[in-house]
Amino acid sequence: MRADYRDDRATEAGHYTGGVTSPGTALQIEAVSVTFGTVHALSALSLQARPGEITAVLGPNGAGKTTMIRCCTGLIAPDSGTISIFGAPPGSDAAAARLGVMPQSVGAWSGIRADELLRYLSRLYAHPQPVEDLIDLLGIGGFRRTPYRRLSGGQQQSVNLAAALIGRPDLVFLDEPTAGLDPHVRRHTWEIVRGLRDAGLAVVLTTHAMDEAEQLADYVWLVDRGSVVAHGTVPDLTRDASLEEVFLATTTSRVQP
Amino acid sequence: MTTASSPAIDFTPRPGAAPRSRQVLAHALTEATLLVRNGEQLLLALVIPVGILVAGRLLDGRLGLHEENIAPSVFSLAVFSTCFTSLAIATGFERRYGVLERLAATPLGRGGLLAGKALAIILIALGQLVVLAAVALALGWRPHPSAAQWLVAVLGVPLAMLTFANLALAMAGRLRAEATLGLANLVYLVGLAAGGIMWPVSAYPASVRWLVRALPTGALGEVSRAWSAGGTTWWALGVLVVWAVASALLARKVFRWMS
Repeated sequence: MRADYRDDRATEAGHYTGGVTSPGTALQIEAVSVTFGTVHALSALSLQARPGEITAVLGPNGAGKTTMIRCCTGLIAPDSGTISIFGAPPGSDAAAARLGVMPQSVGAWSGIRADELLRYLSRLYAHPQPVEDLIDLLGIGGFRRTPYRRLSGGQQQSVNLAAALIGRPDLVFLDEPTAGLDPHVRRHTWEIVRGLRDAGLAVVLTTHAMDEAEQLADYVWLVDRGSVVAHGTVPDLTRDASLEEVFLATTTSRVQP
Repeated sequence: MTTASSPAIDFTPRPGAAPRSRQVLAHALTEATLLVRNGEQLLLALVIPVGILVAGRLLDGRLGLHEENIAPSVFSLAVFSTCFTSLAIATGFERRYGVLERLAATPLGRGGLLAGKALAIILIALGQLVVLAAVALALGWRPHPSAAQWLVAVLGVPLAMLTFANLALAMAGRLRAEATLGLANLVYLVGLAAGGIMWPVSAYPASVRWLVRALPTGALGEVSRAWSAGGTTWWALGVLVVWAVASALLARKVFRWMS
């Protein structure tokens, strides 16, 4: 089953056994709308992510990126529209087992030690990644016994990335994975993200760093006010202008210049 | 100095959830460990109850705390503090820190999370009761329960635990973490003093006894004291069933996973 979506998308159509999802799609978001009171957090948002690709979702603060991720984990039920994770609905057992989520902020008990958190999470999965391997890979060893609340922002980011990967998922959401990281760790994280893609995962990445999106993304969705305003590969989108210029031209600012 | 190289780990997907029982146990042990390690929580769970047991022995009947009642009253206090106060405070901060949001995205899910929490408080409450019963026996407490009240206790104590846990989740799932912290401690003190936990209903003015009996704290206290003294309190089961059902409906309605 895993090997099915490793190769070229076109050749997978015959192998794909998922339900309503179109062939070779890990994540399919179809016309999803979410309203909080009078605020339209998502307005008919539609986008996709494929295995073996890094899919960047870019947008200004408040564009709906975090709401989108919460819909995909089943925390928020959309008012309308559908989401499919390898053919399964968000929040279902089938979907939860295949997902890895790196949250943008905190996401842990304040008193738990870094290695305790990872060990605990690993026990929720059938074939977890060895905790020690992830600790080595992400340089967590130096602060493995430190309570989570005393970790620096960058250290928490590393623990959260490890936590997202521990269940050997085939779809990962990385919500601003390099925000606040020093250039060493940032480059290292990029290598890991590329490694995930090369291993066949579908990687959904949100970021405000345009250089990061240019470096990593196979496909980019620009989201503004809860819907997609532009999408394409990086070369497609940057034919006439830089990605940052495209971003500024297609999305709205919450501050007046 | 090491430089970033290609990751040495095989990331090839191999998704799958662990068996449900292993997930729930992992969660329960993690929560119980964190709670035991937390000084304030340990104070509530053991230090205060043991202190009351010893103080009750020294006071010897003054303040209306009669020796034969102190041990069973303290057992009720321990159950109340763990299932309500500690659970409310812990859950309030889990919601604030995004723990619930993260775990909802794992195979544990919501049902597993609730089952894990339930198992954690059961483990802690059992541990407390073992320690407190040993201390009370050492201080000279001798229970003589009837067979009927054994049945009332075996049914009533879990119903009381369920009620307290539901109320804790309702509070923690709606209020800000700081508000939950303050209110849960306030309810602990009020329940201890005025809710029929530490003093028997017969010690209250006649006009409010019905009210104290109708509280889950009062019903639990009376079940525990009657068990120790050889009485029978079938009525308490009625009170606790109503509270368990009503509190479950409330928690279901108001609980939110995200802050």
